[in-house]
Amino acid sequence: MTETFYDVLRRQGISRRSFLKFCSLTATSLGLGSAAAPRIAQAMETKPRTPVLWLHGLECTCCTESFIRSAHPLTKDVVLSMLSLDYDDTLMAAAGHQAEEILEEVKRKYKGQYIVAVEGNPPLNEDGMFCIQGGRPFIEKLRETCADAKAIISWGACASYGCVQAAKPNPTRATPVHKVISGKPIINVPGCPPIPEVMTGVVTYMLTFDRIPELDRQGRPKMFYGQRIHDKCYRRGHFDAGQFAEAWDDEGSRKGYCLYKMGCKGPTTYNACSSMRWNGGVSWPVQSGHGCIGCSEDGFWDKGSFYDRVTDIKAFGVESNADTIGKAAAGTVGAAIAAHAAVTALARARQKAGETEEQKGE
Amino acid sequence: MLSQQDMLEAERHGRQVRSIYVYEAPVRLWHWINALCMVVLAVTGYFIGKPLPTVPGDSTENFVMGYIRFAHFAAAYIFAIGLLGRIYWALVGNHHARQIFMLPITNKHWWSEVFFELRWYLFLEKTPKKYVGHNPMAQLMMFFFFTVLAVGMVLTGFALYSEGTGLGSWADTLFGWVIPALGGSLQVHNLHRLGMWIMMTFAVIHIYAAIREDIMSRQSLISTMISGWRMFKD
Repeated sequence: MTETFYDVLRRQGISRRSFLKFCSLTATSLGLGSAAAPRIAQAMETKPRTPVLWLHGLECTCCTESFIRSAHPLTKDVVLSMLSLDYDDTLMAAAGHQAEEILEEVKRKYKGQYIVAVEGNPPLNEDGMFCIQGGRPFIEKLRETCADAKAIISWGACASYGCVQAAKPNPTRATPVHKVISGKPIINVPGCPPIPEVMTGVVTYMLTFDRIPELDRQGRPKMFYGQRIHDKCYRRGHFDAGQFAEAWDDEGSRKGYCLYKMGCKGPTTYNACSSMRWNGGVSWPVQSGHGCIGCSEDGFWDKGSFYDRVTDIKAFGVESNADTIGKAAAGTVGAAIAAHAAVTALARARQKAGETEEQKGE
Repeated sequence: MLSQQDMLEAERHGRQVRSIYVYEAPVRLWHWINALCMVVLAVTGYFIGKPLPTVPGDSTENFVMGYIRFAHFAAAYIFAIGLLGRIYWALVGNHHARQIFMLPITNKHWWSEVFFELRWYLFLEKTPKKYVGHNPMAQLMMFFFFTVLAVGMVLTGFALYSEGTGLGSWADTLFGWVIPALGGSLQVHNLHRLGMWIMMTFAVIHIYAAIREDIMSRQSLISTMISGWRMFKD
């Protein structure tokens, strides 16, 4: 029998009081209200820990870095223990054959019971040779591990959308997890990296309620990705008032005006940064004076400059923004119309002259 | 010279036809309200993407972007509801009201008239033809650059609007799918803006062609959209 989350906690010397505080904090951050706190506590006291296999494909480990820095001290220690993170090649002590054995063992012992958390994505070109683990392509390992999983969590922009390695021209054909794995519930937790408390929140929800959180159209948990950065931004008042920073060192920038004109992607980015913030609520990009770059949006590397509001459209093989195309089209058509009108007038004048001559001739 | 269908209609009105009632009141009313909406939408839309210079003073005393966005959304509602009303009128109105919604693409004669009009605009034809409704070329342009584009603008526009109204709102339920389908919020913003430029370019062509034909083809065009009657001057 695997020990429960609460057993682990008590073994680690954490008081019941601290444990209950964690439960209510988690309930609040999940937007569940105070009634959910006892349910979380009960679930953690009674449910056996769920084994989690944490796989790494093509990635930079920023998701892991983010995860282990989850602000609430309990979240970090506890979720890691609670998860029974049986396999995570970055964090685990075992290596080589020992490590790979664990993978096999969990798959056998907890068939259909374990969660696969994927950080990074598999490259598909050259039969997946761009990411080799334990002597074979990562794509094979991913497929095999996911085959008996209960659910899959795609950590970060890499696993959810492809991120930088899938940016054009995507030489390795890095492919998001949901495009290679089918038939399993997949939760996308985008961001580069995702907010640590979002990551632990998603995991806690799944362990507590034994189901995956409600997802939106792009497979993201609604509770964290239901609103745009812009909707909860503390600078929103300046946006509505029409007060913008126009340069990095101008008066507006010093006064903390809206960074919209500096290319902030807050209005087009779904994430919880403006409400949860980073590093234990210390700050977040907009608060530090830089616009959002939209790291949790699909293909954000390929959507033009981070510093333009109206960015390049690359959909039809052109690299030009809507205003450039529009002004060029309007200008060309305007000039063409002027020329057309001139020719019309000329032709008309000539025709009239001809008619007068004909009349004279008669 | 009148086209075949128009000849029949002219015959029904008696041999010596000088004017024919073309655009019924709802079509005319819609045309001008729609034109006004387009102006408001284009101007406010331009300034939503590229805002005006920063206003001085406290943010609680200003609401510039708020008002601009309000005007944009209000005009968008009128534009969209107007479009629905216009579609309804295409079903119940006269056959001219259906012109911009349907192209007779299987009709060979119609295509030859399209090319005739093209030659006319390229100064390759000396005498213009007269049409009771839109000329075939105009109809073709109208269909793609107004009807299809307007539907696209309504879809992308309300999809963007749904981002403000939030998940589960009516706008999200009806139009939210557009955002992932077109590749994300930023892409939809950009395409919506591109659509604005295309529509404005079309508006310029539309106005020029209407004025030009009014003068050159010896039939009324501009006043027709006010009175509803197409006058033929010879």
